[in-house]
Amino acid sequence: MKVNLGILASRIRVEEKLLIKEAEERREINLTLVDPRKLIWDRSQLSELDVLLDREISQSRAYHVMELLSGSSVNLVNDFRTVQLCGDKAFTSVKLKKYGIPIPDFRVAFDRNSALRAVEELGYPVVLKPVDGSWGRMVAKITNREAAEATIEHKSNLDSRFHSIYYLQEYIETNNKDIRAFVVGNDVIGAAYRESDHWITNAARGGESKPYPLTDRLERIVTETSGIFGGAALAVDLLESDRGLLINEINCSMEFKESMKVIDGDIPERLLDYTIQQAQVSEEVARNQCPA
Amino acid sequence: MVNCPECETEIDLPEDTIQNEILDCPTCGLELEVVDLNPAEVDLAPEEEEDWGE
Repeated sequence: MKVNLGILASRIRVEEKLLIKEAEERREINLTLVDPRKLIWDRSQLSELDVLLDREISQSRAYHVMELLSGSSVNLVNDFRTVQLCGDKAFTSVKLKKYGIPIPDFRVAFDRNSALRAVEELGYPVVLKPVDGSWGRMVAKITNREAAEATIEHKSNLDSRFHSIYYLQEYIETNNKDIRAFVVGNDVIGAAYRESDHWITNAARGGESKPYPLTDRLERIVTETSGIFGGAALAVDLLESDRGLLINEINCSMEFKESMKVIDGDIPERLLDYTIQQAQVSEEVARNQCPA
Repeated sequence: MVNCPECETEIDLPEDTIQNEILDCPTCGLELEVVDLNPAEVDLAPEEEEDWGE
């Protein structure tokens, strides 16, 4: 039986193209590309899908489409709760801390004066991040009180509602590198270092991928994290510290163009396998609940 | 064959081009979006927005 797979994406980048090619080569898949810019919400429009893979670049659009489909017959990779948790660094950190996953120390403040007090609590240097940002955008390393006052004042004058939330994180010295690991359910596909001349190591900012051999400790922390987030398909960013590996951020619509150059595992293939599996698991549950 | 809307360079789209695909103009380097395939048409790709990411 064929699986009706939708890929939600308004922008076809290298990653989406690889996923589309992989899906088109598989006989068991009927592929529909869903461009959210063209969508006028009507649940019946997507009800023909068995599963929808979120590859949407706009987090606002992704949130809404996934939430509108929550509870429908369409399986979601990842589900709305995971998208919501990963899309907000404060939610991510609180969730990880609750389950005892090692993370950098952090504070969330809701006012500029409280933010300044939180900075002083964490000590310098400290990192100020937008709760909803990506690609190292508007991330600041603050090294002293004067810089903290100026950065927080500037941020308090920005328009987006998310800038009224101050997410502050302990700065971890990593010699300008972090680790990105890819996990689908309980399986870690692979991991790569991202190295840069800058302390911000995002690939979007020029971070270069280098091989990182999988270790038991990395696999353990990453699969545990995936489990906490519902056994999802995730890119998990980690920092090496004198306290061991720390989870820094989690991405639920993983970018892998650069990392796949140094990872043996086939990320598009494994992500698609996982997505199809989600549709089939749900089908099986439905069959068991409604015997013929 | 399409023309870059910025510098008018002629661009040959590969056969496996997909609707909404992003490509760089080989001359001016601007990001272009394939907005139609039949007939082929490109436009300037939308600029990065604050909520973009992964």
